[in-house]
Amino acid sequence: MHETAVAESILRTIIVEGDKAGAKPVSAIISCGQFNAINDEVMGFAFETAAMGTTCEGMTLDIKHIPLRARCKKCDTTFEFDVYKPACSQCESTEFDFESDAPLLLETIEFEENE
Amino acid sequence: MKVSLNQKILSRNEECAKKNKAFFKENNVFCLNVISSPGSGKTTTISRTIKDLGDQIRIGVVEGDIKTDTDAQKIRDAGGEAVQIETHGACHLSAEQVYNAIKALNAEKMDVVIIENVGNLVCPSAFDLGEAARVILLSVPEGDDKPIKYPGTFAEADTVLINKIDLMDYIDFNLERVLADIRVVNPDVDIFQVSATTGEGMDTWYDWLMDKKNKG
Ligand SMILES: Nc1nc2c(ncn2[C@@H]2O[C@H](COP(=O)(O)OP(=O)(O)OP(=O)(O)O)[C@@H](O)[C@H]2O)c(=O)[nH]1
Ligand SMILES: [Mg+2]
Ligand SMILES: [Zn+2]
Repeated sequence: MHETAVAESILRTIIVEGDKAGAKPVSAIISCGQFNAINDEVMGFAFETAAMGTTCEGMTLDIKHIPLRARCKKCDTTFEFDVYKPACSQCESTEFDFESDAPLLLETIEFEENE
Repeated sequence: MKVSLNQKILSRNEECAKKNKAFFKENNVFCLNVISSPGSGKTTTISRTIKDLGDQIRIGVVEGDIKTDTDAQKIRDAGGEAVQIETHGACHLSAEQVYNAIKALNAEKMDVVIIENVGNLVCPSAFDLGEAARVILLSVPEGDDKPIKYPGTFAEADTVLINKIDLMDYIDFNLERVLADIRVVNPDVDIFQVSATTGEGMDTWYDWLMDKKNKG
C-alpha cells in the first residue's frame, strides 16, 4: 500500500544518482525497521511497477529488515523485541524501553560498469 | 560500481513535515493526526468534539479520503470548518498534501487543527505530517487483537481512543488484553475509553485535548 510511495521515492533518487554516475543501475539495497510495515512482496511489486519505462526497469531490490531492540528496566539487558514474546530474554521482565526503530534507508545502489 | 548513500527514503515527506510543524508553532496551532481503520469513528469523534468544544476553541479539520468530500461535509454540518483532500487511491496523507490543505483552511486562525487521515491502520503511520500529537482510534467491533497485530501503529501514538464502548456488552472484546498489549509497545501512552455517539467518556478526551493545547 504505502510501499508505492516508498518505491517512487527510491526511484527518484536512483535516477538522479544514475544520471550523476552516467551508468545504468542494476540493483539496490534498502533497509527498514519493524514499525515501517514494509512487506517484501508488495514492495517488490510496487518498485517493479514504478520502474517500468525508466532506466531502472529490471533492477533488483533487496530489502533488509532490522530487528527492533529493547532494554530491560530490571536487568539492563538489551534484547531483540519479539511481539510474540514481549519479555526480556534474560530475566523475562515485561518492563523495558524500546531503542529507536530503524528508519527506512536507501543504503546502496549498484551500477553497471562503464568501460 | 557501488554507491553508498544511507539516505532516508521518505526524506521529502520529512522535510515538508518540518515545514508544517514550524507553521503550527509560529501560529500557535495545536495539530492532531487521527489514524484508524475505516469506520472506527474518526469523523463522528471529530464532529462531536467540534460540537462540544466549538464555543471554547476554534477547530479546523483536514479530511483525507481516497474519494469524495462527504466527511468534510459532515464536519461542516457539525458547525466546523473543513478542507477535503482526495488522495485518489493513496492509502495515506502526505505532509505536502497537508501543507496545501492548511493554507486553504487558513489554519493560522485556528486554535486546533485535526487531520483525519485516510482510513487505514498501517500505512499512515509511516508519514509524519508535522502534527504535535498522534491519535489512534480503535473501535470495539474491530476486535481486541489489533494492538498486537499492528504494533508499529500503536508504538507511535500519543493517545489511543477506544471508541464504541457502548457496544462492549454485545461484542466479545477483552479490554484488559487490549490495554496490556498497547502498554507493551507504548508504556506511557494516554488511553481513553469513549463512545462518540452516546458521549460517554468524551470529557476525559476533551480534558486531554485542552491540556495539551494549552501546553502547546
Ligand atoms: N455504536 C457506535 N457507533 C459509532 C460510534 N462512533 C461512530 N459510530 C458509527 O460508526 C460508523 C462509522 O463512523 P465514522 O465516524 O464515519 O468512521 P470513520 O473512521 O470516519 O470512517 P472512514 O472515514 O470511512 O474511515 C458510523 O455509522 C457511526 O455512526 C460509537 O461510539 N458507537
Ligand atoms: Mg471519516
Ligand atoms: Zn531483564
